[in-house]
Amino acid sequence: MDRNIIKVSFDALPENQGFARSVVSGYLAMSDPTVEELAEVKTAVSEAVSNSIIHGYKDMDAGRIDMEMKMVGADRCVIRITDYGRGIEDVEKAREPMFSTESDREMSGMGFTVMESFADKVQVRSEPGKGTEVVLIKNLDLYDVR
Amino acid sequence: MDTNLIYSDHVLTVELCGEVDHHISSGIREQIDYMLEECNVKTIVFDFSRVTFMDSSGIGIVLGRYNKMAVSGGQVIIRNARGLVRQILEMSGIFSLMKHEEDKE
Repeated sequence: MDRNIIKVSFDALPENQGFARSVVSGYLAMSDPTVEELAEVKTAVSEAVSNSIIHGYKDMDAGRIDMEMKMVGADRCVIRITDYGRGIEDVEKAREPMFSTESDREMSGMGFTVMESFADKVQVRSEPGKGTEVVLIKNLDLYDVR
Repeated sequence: MDTNLIYSDHVLTVELCGEVDHHISSGIREQIDYMLEECNVKTIVFDFSRVTFMDSSGIGIVLGRYNKMAVSGGQVIIRNARGLVRQILEMSGIFSLMKHEEDKE
């Protein structure tokens, strides 16, 4: 059962990476996550939003990024980050550690690896010329003693 | 909160501060590279103790400087990388390339 759906839409500007993290922190705080869970989700979101800004809208005017947050049941947080930019030619390859299309700009190629480490599930759908949708799923540990 | 760069006796200490993401990392890289051009740096120490957030852009900063120092025969040291910061650096295999030290508290 989906509940408490919140959507935000913002321009794909570098300074909005911090904004996206703040929004997600505020949203997640309502579910009483651990400090570590909160930091993990913030990091995964930061990577997804960075990808949209740096790669999704590369050599284009900064478009829009949509971020939808929802809870599924009491403990599963689902965050969908969508851009309408260039898309990814080969998603499998993009998800490989150290793969980067921009090695000259010192991109580490670790964005998807970080997302996969800190979220329980990462779904990527992309179409060249249309955009990319990343879904981050995080199961919160409700029964942790704290 | 800005990054502090302290140069003394061929050692450049970079005290990263606050939130390190792709937005601010290009400025940090420029500051460090300016020092590398102006001073005879033989060791770069990246101190992470005041970092409150870091994503994979931190890997790019460190690895990029490591590659520059490798050309000139210098070294890079990581200091006080803890928690998630440490986990993210570990994912890239960075600790097999450079030393990690911790201040005693």
